[in-house]
Amino acid sequence: MHRFANPAEFNRLADRILPWAIAVMAISLVAGLYLALIGSPPDYQQGESVRIMYIHVPAAWMAMFTYMVMAGASFVAIVWRHPLAELAGKAAAPIGATFTALALITGSLWGKPMWGTYWQWDGRMTSVLVLFFLYLGYMAIWHGFDDEEKAGRAAAILALVGVANIPIIKFSVDWWNTLHQPASVFRMGGPTIADSMLWPLFIMATAFQAYFVVVFLWRMKLEINQRKLSVMNRAEVYG
Amino acid sequence: MANFFHMGGYAVFVWSAYGISTVALVWLAVSSLRASRTTRKRVEALRARRRKEG
Repeated sequence: MHRFANPAEFNRLADRILPWAIAVMAISLVAGLYLALIGSPPDYQQGESVRIMYIHVPAAWMAMFTYMVMAGASFVAIVWRHPLAELAGKAAAPIGATFTALALITGSLWGKPMWGTYWQWDGRMTSVLVLFFLYLGYMAIWHGFDDEEKAGRAAAILALVGVANIPIIKFSVDWWNTLHQPASVFRMGGPTIADSMLWPLFIMATAFQAYFVVVFLWRMKLEINQRKLSVMNRAEVYG
Repeated sequence: MANFFHMGGYAVFVWSAYGISTVALVWLAVSSLRASRTTRKRVEALRARRRKEG
């Protein structure tokens, strides 16, 4: 594991993974979109509007998953001072912010026809909005410091403090009264969704996951090269 | 086909959700790949210049 601490090794590994991740993404996206838009039945209560679920739910899962990647990377960066870990958090943040924004927007577009409102300040929606601001705050800290070492440390601390929000998101639908439906896939006693909807959902989730891997690796390469550039420029000034 | 686009009367909501998601995800992917390529080229150019200057 430790040899991937070396950026050159990491780049080689990334280049080996990327073609596979792109292939998985392309295949699951085509299959997932077909099933989501055409192959799956309309819901008996929600009609065709249920098709929003196939992007809303994967986006929301990935919003939380990406946060855990960012927080995990921040933990490694703080404890072991692993230079790539810090960059991993920085690479993940914009992807997580995008997933979170999409979860909020698609949820809102689903809420209007089903609940009669785009937004409600309840536990689930508010805690996901907080997640979005945590991502923005993390990115703002990286941009806000001239000293990259200080920026990385401060951003990592924010990411770790913000982990407290993740269980709040997960259990918000059980703790507070809400319009949002409770968990119907990852729950005790198994999913309550019909298989004809569960499969398209899982395939779309696979596509989102593969998308994350692809864009994350691209952004890691970007961050590694950017770090190289700033080191080289510093050498130019002080060398 | 018209039925498909009509989405049982939820067309505005369903298609905006898919449209906005597509635009956002494609934009993020393309801008990430582009930035990654430009940065790599800048590193290579700087390295080449260093080598020339010795």
